[in-house]
Amino acid sequence: MGFEKFLFYVFALILIFAAVRVITVRNSVHAALFLVLAFFTSAALWLLIEAEFLAITMVLVYVGAVMVLFLFVVMMLDLNTQPLREGFIKYLPVGATVAVIIVIEMVLALGSGYFSSESYSLVARSADYSNTKELGSVLYTFYVYPFEIASVILLVAIIAAISLTLRRREGTKSQNPSHQVLVSRDDRIRLVNVPAEKKH
Amino acid sequence: MNFVAPDFMPVLPEIFVLTMACLVLVVDVFLEQQQRHITYGLAQVTLLATALLLLLTFARVPVTTMFGHYIKDAMGDLLKFCICLAAAAVFLYSRDYLRQRDLFKGEYFVLGLFGVLGMMIMVSAHSLLSVYLGLELLSLSLYALVAVDRDSPVGCEAAMKYFVLGSLASGMLLYGISMVYGATGSVDLQVIADVIAKQGTSNLVLVFGLVFLVVGLAFKLGAVPFHMWLPDIYQGAPTSVTLYIGSAPKLAAFALLMRVLVDGLGAFQNDWQQMLIILAVLSMALGNLVAIAQTNIKRMLAYSTISHVGFLLLGILAGTPEGYSASMFYAIVYVLMAVGAFGVILLLSRTGFEAENIDDFKGLNDRSPWLAFIMMVVMMSMAGIPFMAGFYAKWVVLQAVINIGFVWLALVGVVFSVVGAFYYLRVVKCIYFDKPEQSESISISRDVEIVISANGLLLIILGLYPTALMTWCSTALLN
Repeated sequence: MGFEKFLFYVFALILIFAAVRVITVRNSVHAALFLVLAFFTSAALWLLIEAEFLAITMVLVYVGAVMVLFLFVVMMLDLNTQPLREGFIKYLPVGATVAVIIVIEMVLALGSGYFSSESYSLVARSADYSNTKELGSVLYTFYVYPFEIASVILLVAIIAAISLTLRRREGTKSQNPSHQVLVSRDDRIRLVNVPAEKKH
Repeated sequence: MNFVAPDFMPVLPEIFVLTMACLVLVVDVFLEQQQRHITYGLAQVTLLATALLLLLTFARVPVTTMFGHYIKDAMGDLLKFCICLAAAAVFLYSRDYLRQRDLFKGEYFVLGLFGVLGMMIMVSAHSLLSVYLGLELLSLSLYALVAVDRDSPVGCEAAMKYFVLGSLASGMLLYGISMVYGATGSVDLQVIADVIAKQGTSNLVLVFGLVFLVVGLAFKLGAVPFHMWLPDIYQGAPTSVTLYIGSAPKLAAFALLMRVLVDGLGAFQNDWQQMLIILAVLSMALGNLVAIAQTNIKRMLAYSTISHVGFLLLGILAGTPEGYSASMFYAIVYVLMAVGAFGVILLLSRTGFEAENIDDFKGLNDRSPWLAFIMMVVMMSMAGIPFMAGFYAKWVVLQAVINIGFVWLALVGVVFSVVGAFYYLRVVKCIYFDKPEQSESISISRDVEIVISANGLLLIILGLYPTALMTWCSTALLN
């Protein structure tokens, strides 16, 4: 067993462990942190197959941005998970049966050897091969249409987020920087003539 | 690397809609609330101009461009044309309703336009990537539209449900897409079809992917057993948004089924035929039976949508050109009926009053005979009464199913549409034979009246002379 294969199994085991913990721990902050671990190890798996761009993007975007936001939300909201657990035992037999059937089917379909490493071996590349550059060169040429649609989806997401959350309420004490800048000395300072106290 | 810029001309309608949607978005920022009608006008101009553009550039032969991600063909152009007109009618009917509820905001029209863009991308998709992205663009716009009335708890709940279930469906679809990609090595539907033709249909991974694709698409269509979201969203969303969700997206969903199942995975027809039979029978049964028990007309129409989706699937599962064109005809007529039905509901609502219950239609004939007549036409067409467009649509679909030897399936369809006739005719009974509970007369602006009259009359005309539209549908599919 080569060192690479050994690394793969180490990372794969950590990944599975972290993924299982995400849905089994009670504390939602812990769950989010286990998700970070899962993202990290899957990035490591990508590094092993020399997809370094995807690995770095995974860490930057998911761990760096998405999960930090997630943690913020989880910590800010005081979620009561008790109602969510209601009926868990009641629905467990049905859910478990369906899950087991699906798992068996998936194993039968996917374990048929179609995706085995023999039929999908890694293509060997030279050391100066940059898959970032390769991705960029197809992303903006052959995939320009999907790429543009993705940008429109992001635009719609911005519009949706703003239109759903932006409210101008009366009486909020928010700051208006342009008003603050325009303030002159006379608006704020009033000179009061205070007569000096007499000496006793 | 050898790169030649693709031909942008076929994509012109999409580019136009995108540009105009961005323009409307920017213009709207600079408008005062009293000038909001400019946003509305620009949105209408966009839709009508796009429809005109599609007519002018109507595809005689299919053209694939954007490196296989986009196809322009007659089926796509006809469907996109109908989508634009349906969306224009939706905006028109919604205008006064939105004004009365303080919802007459730019976002409604901008998101509506982006939704239309998403539908056009879906209709013209020629790769699984554009299928998925178009669907997401449409869905995202719809989620936001459902929540457009932010202070309504029902609306927000509906949006939340739609978002969570819609994401689940997208996940299913993506999983299926990844399997198909893994098995064929391409996302281009043409290449997928070629690869399958070469390697045969014995690949278990492909069938596995197909199951997830069908589940994802059924979720989006609202076919039983993936229909749970539909009644709640139809009822919870503002009626103008329900009108939007219930109309044009069905055309796009039809196109999506055609592209993915017929064009891409046509070799697996035996497999998806069985899946669609289950979906169709369950949809027709549950949709029609549960609709009987409803008192809320929006909810009733939601269940009726489910049953119509079942009929739509009947034509596709026939797997013949005749069945496809029957299905396409059904989809177009269904959109006409849905726009008409929800349009009347919108027109009956006033400030502070939602015409949501079937009881609100009591004695409509005394209050507005013409509106009552149109509602009757729409309901009778949905029920499939002869000489209405809905009858002919059901007729051709059933004929296609009988022609491939599934007589029992046609019988099931007939039985359940008879069951369905009950609740449609109950609305007609309410309109004509019950005493009105309110006496206010209904005021409608002139342009809305013209369009809704045309909408109702079109259902009669198409019922009497269906051949023209039917020929368009079948020639569009032959190309």
